[in-house]
Amino acid sequence: MSANQRLNLREKYQKFTRDLAWEPSYQKKSDIFPQTDFEGIHIHDWDKWEDPFRLTVDAYWKYQAEKEKKLYSIIDAFAQNNGQLNVTDARYINALKLFLTGVSPLEYAAHRGFAMAGRQFGGVGPQVSCQMQSIDELRHVQTQIHTISHYNKYFNGFHDWQHMHDRVWYLSVPKSFFDDAMSAGPFEFVTAISFSFEYVLTNLLFMPFMSGAAFNGDMATVTFGFSAQSDESRHMTLGLEVIKFMLEQDERNVPIVQKWIDKWFWRGYRLLALVSMMMDYMLPKRVMSWKEAWEMYFEQNGGALFEDLARYGIRMPKYWEVTVKEKERLSHEVWSTFYNYDHAAAFHSWVPDEAEMQWLTTKYPHTFDQYYRPRFEHWQSQTDKGERWYNNTLPMLCQTCQIPMVFTEPDDPTTTCYRSSDYKGEKYHFCSDGCKDIFDDEPEKYVQAWLPVHQIYQGNCGGASVPEVLEWYHLRDGEDNKDYLYSQDRANWLKWKGLTEEAERTLKAVVNG
Amino acid sequence: MPVTAMYDYQGQPKDVQANFHGNQLVYFGWDKHLMFCAPVCLPLPPDMPFGAVLTEVLPGVYGSHPDWARLDWEQAEWSLDQQPFTPDPQQSLEAQGIHHKSLLRFRVPGLDGIAGSAS
Repeated sequence: MSANQRLNLREKYQKFTRDLAWEPSYQKKSDIFPQTDFEGIHIHDWDKWEDPFRLTVDAYWKYQAEKEKKLYSIIDAFAQNNGQLNVTDARYINALKLFLTGVSPLEYAAHRGFAMAGRQFGGVGPQVSCQMQSIDELRHVQTQIHTISHYNKYFNGFHDWQHMHDRVWYLSVPKSFFDDAMSAGPFEFVTAISFSFEYVLTNLLFMPFMSGAAFNGDMATVTFGFSAQSDESRHMTLGLEVIKFMLEQDERNVPIVQKWIDKWFWRGYRLLALVSMMMDYMLPKRVMSWKEAWEMYFEQNGGALFEDLARYGIRMPKYWEVTVKEKERLSHEVWSTFYNYDHAAAFHSWVPDEAEMQWLTTKYPHTFDQYYRPRFEHWQSQTDKGERWYNNTLPMLCQTCQIPMVFTEPDDPTTTCYRSSDYKGEKYHFCSDGCKDIFDDEPEKYVQAWLPVHQIYQGNCGGASVPEVLEWYHLRDGEDNKDYLYSQDRANWLKWKGLTEEAERTLKAVVNG
Repeated sequence: MPVTAMYDYQGQPKDVQANFHGNQLVYFGWDKHLMFCAPVCLPLPPDMPFGAVLTEVLPGVYGSHPDWARLDWEQAEWSLDQQPFTPDPQQSLEAQGIHHKSLLRFRVPGLDGIAGSAS
């Protein structure tokens, strides 16, 4: 080939990806890639890996650079026009706080995880795919930080999100989810993140936040959503390819892959409990209910996916029926949790107003009025007396998902679901059969869980009192935490909207509260 | 297999009793009172008499519930680690089999939460 001959796309893909590999001559392959075997996955031919996008690194840089340019010009315009004033209500901002502290650090964790998987896989196809996804995830966390940093100038709770991610009690839920995946082998990692999360469940994470942003006038967040969307579709495709590749390589892989799908579907579903409350309670203008989203994105779309996978011997994830039974309670149980413990959270909670409760009654006709409205009305009556209620005792946590034990029996919404196991003379407690099974399969892993409540009692979190723990979390008491009603965020918002008198009353309550 | 690993990996349990400075963890759940979103976790001295749990500990935990004023401990039905249990107020936690990370649940017939909603 002469030096000035242009490569066609196919040749370019071959040169820039597959031809990057070589057969080692003086080291054993198993020494170079020691992590490819221990999970029990058998691979006979790495070249069977299909890359449906055939993206090469030169095209990648060009394409991403164009997207970034557009994104940053929109963010600039948003800042110059005080775009934060155009959101529906300052309560909406709390959804962004949850995103920045709970989701953005996972993008960074995914960047690390895919870099590791890219190094650990023994074939060049998955190596290149993982490396590109690793770069994507790093870009996503950066664009999210840059977009949301604008809100940090005007609202509380955004100032130290990575520190909080590593310490705050409810953030141990997303953190431990990713730590679990990253401390597994490369095949389990990609099954967990690329397939179970990105392929099966991502529509339930990204859609609610991005549509929520669009519905609530947050054009900055919508823009980073669009910017990430084309990457997400590539990641989803990778997730499906990973599964098919393993299943087609060897029959012995089937039960291992099924076990991982069972595990990571359940872990992902528990993580999405945070999204359920965001959808049903935190968006002033709602997109759809959690129940509707679960029916559309999991029961219908997920059901069709698993029908397709049946020819490989893969069935629906274990305990999917439980998720269907829980769909009319999940968001209410979780929002109640933050109402209980908002004095230790980095965002504000509130009792839904009457119109919002009516919406919940309509969307949840079998449960809301019967089980949840009475507690909200009681809490409201306490607040009306100037005695906003908080739960002052730390909760019991699930050893696996690390969420407080707030979930109820699959067939009884009035009774807490308790499960437990004994292992080497110690007791361990779980919120569900799904979480118990995960523990029982690998107890040596989960006995080490860093459970925030137990860590506080061991004296590892700055002290025994709430103010000491808040300081250790880098949360400012009376600013970042507690009820929206008495918050600086609300007082400022009212002031910016010209409602000065109301703002002064709120500020007085801040001082008194 | 207790963990999928590249060698015989042994985990270090993080929450053994020795890490709690002389206390043990005890979990309490008041059935049908889900206004308290989850059962609670408390570090208590193993030699604490059960009676002290009723008079000194639980009022601070559950006293803010409207049902609390109507609660009569004589009527309470208990379970310990999911088995029926009759606590002895005189005896210590340890002496009646309430161990580190034990779960105590109680229910009082007739008290079913705010407006009977299990809240």
